[in-house]
Amino acid sequence: MSTQFLTTTLFLLVVALTVGITLWASRQTKTAADFYSGGRSFSGFQNGLAIGGDYMSAASFLGISGAIAVYGYDGFLYSIGFLVAWLVALLLVAEMLRNAGRYTMADQLAFRMRQRQVRTAASVSTVVVSIFYLLAQMVGAGTLVALLLGVDSQAVQNITIVGVGLLMIFYVVVGGMKGTTYVQIVKAVLLMIGSALIVVLVLAEFNFNLSSLLGAAAENSGKGESFLQPGLQYGSTLTAQVDFLSLGLALVLGTAGLPHILIRFYTVPTARDARKSVLWAIGLIGAFYLMTLVLGFGAAALLDRDAVDPAAGGQQNLASPLLAEVVGGGEGSTGGAVLLALIAAVAFATILAVVAGLTLASSSSVAHDLYKGVIKKDQPVSEKDEVRVARIAAFVIGAVAIVLAIPAQRLNIAFLVALAFAVAASANLPAILYNMFWRRFNTRGATWSIYGGLVSAVGLVLLSPVTSGAETSLFPGSDFAIFPLNNPGIVSIPLGFLLGFLGTISAREPAAEDRFTELEVRALTGAGAEQASQH
Amino acid sequence: MTEAQPDQAARHDPVYDTLHATPEFTELRRRYRSFVLPASLAFLAWYLLYVVLSNWAGGFMATTVVGNINVALVFGLLQFVTTFGLAFVYARYSGSKLDPLATQLEKDYEKGRARG
Repeated sequence: MSTQFLTTTLFLLVVALTVGITLWASRQTKTAADFYSGGRSFSGFQNGLAIGGDYMSAASFLGISGAIAVYGYDGFLYSIGFLVAWLVALLLVAEMLRNAGRYTMADQLAFRMRQRQVRTAASVSTVVVSIFYLLAQMVGAGTLVALLLGVDSQAVQNITIVGVGLLMIFYVVVGGMKGTTYVQIVKAVLLMIGSALIVVLVLAEFNFNLSSLLGAAAENSGKGESFLQPGLQYGSTLTAQVDFLSLGLALVLGTAGLPHILIRFYTVPTARDARKSVLWAIGLIGAFYLMTLVLGFGAAALLDRDAVDPAAGGQQNLASPLLAEVVGGGEGSTGGAVLLALIAAVAFATILAVVAGLTLASSSSVAHDLYKGVIKKDQPVSEKDEVRVARIAAFVIGAVAIVLAIPAQRLNIAFLVALAFAVAASANLPAILYNMFWRRFNTRGATWSIYGGLVSAVGLVLLSPVTSGAETSLFPGSDFAIFPLNNPGIVSIPLGFLLGFLGTISAREPAAEDRFTELEVRALTGAGAEQASQH
Repeated sequence: MTEAQPDQAARHDPVYDTLHATPEFTELRRRYRSFVLPASLAFLAWYLLYVVLSNWAGGFMATTVVGNINVALVFGLLQFVTTFGLAFVYARYSGSKLDPLATQLEKDYEKGRARG
């Protein structure tokens, strides 16, 4: 049996399984609470798995292990920021958001502020963050499928992007939050089992001695000791170092502002379950990143250098699947073919689960915030009508993502993900934290921080070497890069906080300050919080 | 600018003012903030220290600890340990110090609403 045949079969199995789950979930999706938050009836453990499924993207699974395989230690730096970030969510955001909101990120702002303005701002930022993240995943899917099927053709990549886009629309439109959650749970389980299997096989090659694995990786990399030390990927110029610091800030502060993560806290019955879900998620995600460390160094030690090093024409993002083939018995062996196909299918499931979460977050926000909260603010909107609009929005957002993803194939995936984190940290996190901790915070502060963080993060990237002025730029021919860093976070995050502060102190809004009393009691005690629906 | 805007939510149930003024609520808020604010500053500082050392203390990070394992790897793995550790400590703390007060206040809220 050829690997292509096995891979294709397993891909189709993943699709069949997730479509089946979605159809089953659709029968239990009746009310708006079902569609947006799965009836708030998931347990902390289930939601923890789903958060893991939502968060551990292809950028983590393929990207980080690939970066470690090529650049050694520097690849590992990413995963640390991605993990530590969960403490922000655990300590400062998850429980209070669960108690104060209903369906979207905007809810907890609209709780005490002027609906129209804060819902519009939060919705714009939700859609922008989600679209950047979606593009990264869809472009990744296109590359991955083309490479795994062994066909280097633009047409296959485009077909994959369209296919992934249609699937994610299907999951969200038909299954809502319930379907999406189960798809994410299945993916998380597959990803953990698949990774653990390869990790054990890799470690067995080195008699479970981490030090010999690292030694072999350093030797095979041709870079020696420096492969195990920071500095290979990011370089040692001051600009590169500040750029890395900027990235580190965005990673650690961005997670708790990602809309598709935030809405997961609404899927459990109480704030205590939201806390439990984050605890499970931290355990799972931490274990997963420890495994990517072994996968990455394992690939560096066991794979032919040229196969993964982009400088030698290799495929960095294929380090994990190729490693699976090697530990399974090598190219041409049945074991190798089976493991390669298995890991490829896991990667595919990973992408599907993440894009579904992103589409759900943005369509919920369009329907609940923009349609119900802004456009139809003065008219009653039935639940049925709201859910219908959310489904239409999922269609539209999915279609937009497909159309944008095809030209976006020229962009760097890691950069798109980093940009989504930077916008989330600059635009969303300041507003969320101020709202929960500062009575004086008001509508003007919220809109200034959201729009200010959003515009500065995206604007700085447009003026950076990512867009122009370097060989790797989007427009290598022109040069308007007046901002030297690729990562805007070091400027845009403090700016988001500063604008939130200035906007607040330049206006008084007694109604918002007054409503803070209820917000605070609700957030800390759960008194009056949304209940789980009875089924 | 000063009066409530029409699209703002209505004035809340007065039971929230009563609860907000109770010593139990003040204590709950004090316990919550006195844990999460210092803890957040601490883990952010600890993480930034790691990023800064990775950037500007290459020599120190390259120091061998044992075999092929160097300070950089140990430091990175310690970030995992502290993240798991702080999550565990917060779970214990919130379970014993925050949840009982929160549950009590929520019950008072239900009673307050029933009366009102």
